[in-house]
Amino acid sequence: MAIECLVLGAGQEVGKSCVVATIAGKRVMFDCGMHMGYHDRRHYPDFARALAAWGALDFTSALSCVVITHFHLDHIGALPYFTEVCGYHGPIYMTYPTKALAPFMLEDYRKVTMDQRGEAEQYSYEDILRCMKKVIPLDLKQTVQVDKDLVIRAYYAGHVLGAAMIYAKAGDAAMVYTGDYNMTPDRHLGAAQIDRLKLDLLITESTYAKTIRDSKHAREREFLKAVHKCVSGGGKVLIPTFALGRAQELCMLLDDYWERMNLKIPIYFSAGLTIQANMYYKMLIGWTSQKIKDSHAVHNSFDFKHVCHFERSFINNPGPCVLFATPGMISGGFSLEAFKKWAPSEKNLITLPGYCVAGTVGHKLMSGKTTKIVLDKDTHIDVRCQIHQLAFSPHTDSKGIMDLTEFLSPKHVILVHGEKPQMAFLKERIESELGMPCFYPANNESVSIPTTHTLKMSTTERFITSCAAEQGKQSLRKRNLIHGTGASEVNGSDEAAAEGVLVMEKHKAPKILCEDELLQVLGMERHLVQFEAMGSSRIEAAVEWELKRAEAADLGSEENE
Amino acid sequence: MCRDSARSTRKSRLEPNSLTRSTRHATPRAAFAPKEAPTDASPLAASEHAAALRAEAAMKLTCLSTSGGGGSYHSPASHVLELEGLRFLLDCPIDLSALAVFSPVPLTGDAGGLIRAVPRYWSPAAAAAAREGGVDAVLVSSATGMLGLPFLTRLPGFVNTKIYVTEVAARIGKLMMRELVEMHRAFVRYYGPDTDGLPKWMEGDKLNGLASMLQKLVTEDEGKDLTSLMPLYSPGNIEECMQKIQPVKYGEEVCFNGIFMLKASSSGLELGNSVWTIKGPRASITYLPSSVFVSAHALDFDYSSLKENDVILFSDLSSLNDMDEDNEKLDEHAMNETDSSLCHHSVLRDDGADADETITFLCNNDDITEEIERISFICSCIIDAIKSGGSVLIPIGRLGAILLLLELISETLHSSSIKVPIFMISETAEEIIAFTNALPEWLCKSRQEKLFSGEALFGHMELLKEGKLFLFPHLHSKGLLAAWKEPCIVLCPHWSLRLGPAVHLLRRWHADKRCLLVLEQGNDAELSLKPFMPLAIQVLECSFLSGVRVAKIDSLLGVLNPKFVMLPEGLKSRCSVKKRPWSFLYYTKGKTIELPNLREDFEVHLAHNVALGLQPRQLNETTAVARLRTDLLVSSGQYQLAAAEKQSDRSKRHLLHWGAVDPDRLLPALQEKGMLCSFAADDNCAGERSVLITSPVDALVKITSDRTVIYCDDEGTSKHIYDALCSVCNGI
Repeated sequence: MAIECLVLGAGQEVGKSCVVATIAGKRVMFDCGMHMGYHDRRHYPDFARALAAWGALDFTSALSCVVITHFHLDHIGALPYFTEVCGYHGPIYMTYPTKALAPFMLEDYRKVTMDQRGEAEQYSYEDILRCMKKVIPLDLKQTVQVDKDLVIRAYYAGHVLGAAMIYAKAGDAAMVYTGDYNMTPDRHLGAAQIDRLKLDLLITESTYAKTIRDSKHAREREFLKAVHKCVSGGGKVLIPTFALGRAQELCMLLDDYWERMNLKIPIYFSAGLTIQANMYYKMLIGWTSQKIKDSHAVHNSFDFKHVCHFERSFINNPGPCVLFATPGMISGGFSLEAFKKWAPSEKNLITLPGYCVAGTVGHKLMSGKTTKIVLDKDTHIDVRCQIHQLAFSPHTDSKGIMDLTEFLSPKHVILVHGEKPQMAFLKERIESELGMPCFYPANNESVSIPTTHTLKMSTTERFITSCAAEQGKQSLRKRNLIHGTGASEVNGSDEAAAEGVLVMEKHKAPKILCEDELLQVLGMERHLVQFEAMGSSRIEAAVEWELKRAEAADLGSEENE
Repeated sequence: MCRDSARSTRKSRLEPNSLTRSTRHATPRAAFAPKEAPTDASPLAASEHAAALRAEAAMKLTCLSTSGGGGSYHSPASHVLELEGLRFLLDCPIDLSALAVFSPVPLTGDAGGLIRAVPRYWSPAAAAAAREGGVDAVLVSSATGMLGLPFLTRLPGFVNTKIYVTEVAARIGKLMMRELVEMHRAFVRYYGPDTDGLPKWMEGDKLNGLASMLQKLVTEDEGKDLTSLMPLYSPGNIEECMQKIQPVKYGEEVCFNGIFMLKASSSGLELGNSVWTIKGPRASITYLPSSVFVSAHALDFDYSSLKENDVILFSDLSSLNDMDEDNEKLDEHAMNETDSSLCHHSVLRDDGADADETITFLCNNDDITEEIERISFICSCIIDAIKSGGSVLIPIGRLGAILLLLELISETLHSSSIKVPIFMISETAEEIIAFTNALPEWLCKSRQEKLFSGEALFGHMELLKEGKLFLFPHLHSKGLLAAWKEPCIVLCPHWSLRLGPAVHLLRRWHADKRCLLVLEQGNDAELSLKPFMPLAIQVLECSFLSGVRVAKIDSLLGVLNPKFVMLPEGLKSRCSVKKRPWSFLYYTKGKTIELPNLREDFEVHLAHNVALGLQPRQLNETTAVARLRTDLLVSSGQYQLAAAEKQSDRSKRHLLHWGAVDPDRLLPALQEKGMLCSFAADDNCAGERSVLITSPVDALVKITSDRTVIYCDDEGTSKHIYDALCSVCNGI
């Protein structure tokens, strides 16, 4: 028995997350993302190659299901291609918010790539809608029986609204694929939460395999200070983000700050879709942090007071403003347009997300003092504006990864979604500090994980009772375990050294019995064997007494049973 | 009564002298002997695993209550289920029927002989059960099914109890409790706080007088008397109760006590309502409270998750409520149904097409269409009243009905271009309205689609935005007067007409024949309206779909394919027992029924590495045995045998011997070990034979038919003797 794990994307890189795990014969695809840094065939995971390797005729028969962890394009971007072009028709699972919000992300990006590069479209808007129609929504902790043997379950991952870690179990083999997660709560989302599961394999992201971040509060303050300084100097602030997730978080931060500081400078969203997305956020408030959930009856945190109506021409207006524009890494679209306009002025400010994929403008800006961006041979942009790098990221840091791994204590760990040198560092730590074998395969490599398995057999009530009674004597802890709270109870295990006899009869299922039950089955009487001191044999009376006592003890023990 | 009146809404104007026409709703109110105490009352400590298993192993069910006023929606049945020695309380509603004999405040005129005091409430039947045997866990199927729990929170038998309920039902339930306590406070403000002692009206002569006058109205069965009424719980009790709650999602598997897996699935009746699956080590049980196959607001009844469970506790008593009224009609119907479905069932389980047909029958849209028709009819009555210049008072306590009504009323108002304000006046209105638009996971598929296409989940969001719907916590809230305009439509608590804004508004409008009061059937309207006499207001009594139709029960059971079905006695005549693969057991209130163990054996999972390490011993041609030393783990309802941490060195030695030892074979075996030995001379008495060993040390082995005693002072030698003995004796 083994879990066969084929990494189709995000192997030793960030982008196009896609892992196919074969668990006890059930093939599950986790995520189906695109790579934003490439515009050739490396854009998507190499599905055809995988299909050939499996020796299957089509994807529908090869896979039991596809599970998407969250709506970021590097996790879902290839899904419409996979279903509508590659022809996968099997079940697709994602959480309610992901299903609701993914079409925005996909359509936003499809438009951007079409407008900017005039690329031949990989899939159409209709494809996105058709694809999303097939999606089965998941609620957190809901145990979903995909088929007779395969079970999946989503846990809260924090990363973005609706992000989930996925537990999958088939036969005796179980694993968790984390997707992206955050171990510390942020302004609108809670921290990742999972039960203490018994796992053969954990596949975790490792974006920040080596980084340990300090207080988020300080970073937020830095960001607000930078923005405030810029707008009070009459400058414009460009915040390139994707429509969902970071946009809402930063906007909550700014809206709150504007309120407190009584600022009147307009905040704009470049795309109507972000405003529309806020509407979704209001309905999906159950997936946000506890604080927002508790207060939403009074004031829904996604009703932003300082956000103003926006039109495209506004980027030429004089005077300070704050603009949220898509896409996040300035790889095209309106954020690039605004960047071209605003970058040459040193009064302006551009914030960059914590992570930019190689090949994007954002990535170029991040890598040190860039003064000139060459888009193509005709377009050169002088960069004189200030650049503020957002240091808070919705990804867990190295400590968080270690904490989660230790908490789950899987038998094996696979790292994906990270950069190779950092992954190598983290692998060492996991193996040396936690003693778990750890792998970080490259794309298109596969890893085989041995799994434990068990044999089902029947036993008698007596056997269970005697084990449990033994355990009762042994451990006072037990009471706590039985009544236990939270996770300890869900996976609470009671230990007892069980003594029994396994009886295997031809043409019958094996069965575990207690000793005296075995005698009954065999139809035999017990033959006692006793040890005595030599001296006692000479005193007949003593022997008699001894025997009587033994008999009494014997009877006594029978009564007890 | 003709069938229509029960099935669809009925409109009648209740003149003072015509009050007798208002039918008393027929709930089964059979007289039962006083509740039997469970014979085997295990203390709470029995929840210890070992003790639990040693206790009574069979399954036991005690039905505590079937309905306590307000019908099956407001007061679902309550049971205690004993499994593997653990006691599960299934639902604990509050019985508000006693409220009817108290006069609402402020008092005006003659209250018709009603008690003028702070109301008291029936103690839930579960309180007695908790006192007697303790409760290990509570499974709650609906918000209304948890309203009685704060009465129990202080009981010693409830200290370690966990309450399992869906997140949404818990939230609505808490709001309902809070609202109830808040409304009750009006009495306290009027009369002063309720004292611990018995109030005056409960003492001696006065009570007797009242009792004789109100006996028939209040006491539903002889087991109850007025003196057992108790004060309402406090906000503190509510908090204590909420702390014990383990909220769950639909489809979430939670483990209780290591050996039970509990899972809630949608029941379709109301937001957050659930059916429960209890998977124990030897049986899986479905707790099936009132369920609706296809709902217009809540997630549909997820019956497919209940398939193949061994036992169904059928606790949907809604069809009992209809029965008196549409008995005959249904009988005919049921007969036809039975005939046709009989032939269905024989092939149901191996023929997919037939199963599909059954499912189509179960999930056809009749129910939802009828429900919408009913609500549309209510709407048309409302519009008529509004057109005539009257206001409309809707003290209906069903969240789903309110949400649908709001949507339909606004549509109807819009299409008939009438502009009247709609008020929702309740302590919890704002919260309810806000959060019903933020729980897409709990809604029916068509409303989930609204999420995916970015529309509001319910129509009331639009109403609020357009300024047609106003939410106020109280009648005296700031701003209410400014917004107030009559005629208007008011949705407010409480359906008992003793509590909440409904009392004040009914006093205001009761004499206006243009106005309309919309009541839910299932309450005694005559008694409810007593303090508001004389009455000119129009009264519309309506009923809503509350559970599985009798005609569908059999098909549902066919799909679920259980081995046993526990059915309320009242449904006995309605469900055919012929040719069904399952057996019926019938329960009645206050009685305990027992179910034998379905499986004698437990299932364990033996770790592969333990299995590989076994040393089997062939006993004969067909049987082999192996001694097993493992750790027993209990996790998520599974028993697992894993490798023991320390392997003892005894593993090679036998511990259990059986059969007889042949001394003639022992002698050569000892000699083979290099010992000098012979049979003792005095070897004759009573079948006892002795072997004397002289070298390496002196030793003696005495053998009888059932016992061998080795006398030896040297440890090494006695071990050798033992080994020799093992080689000639069966053992393991």
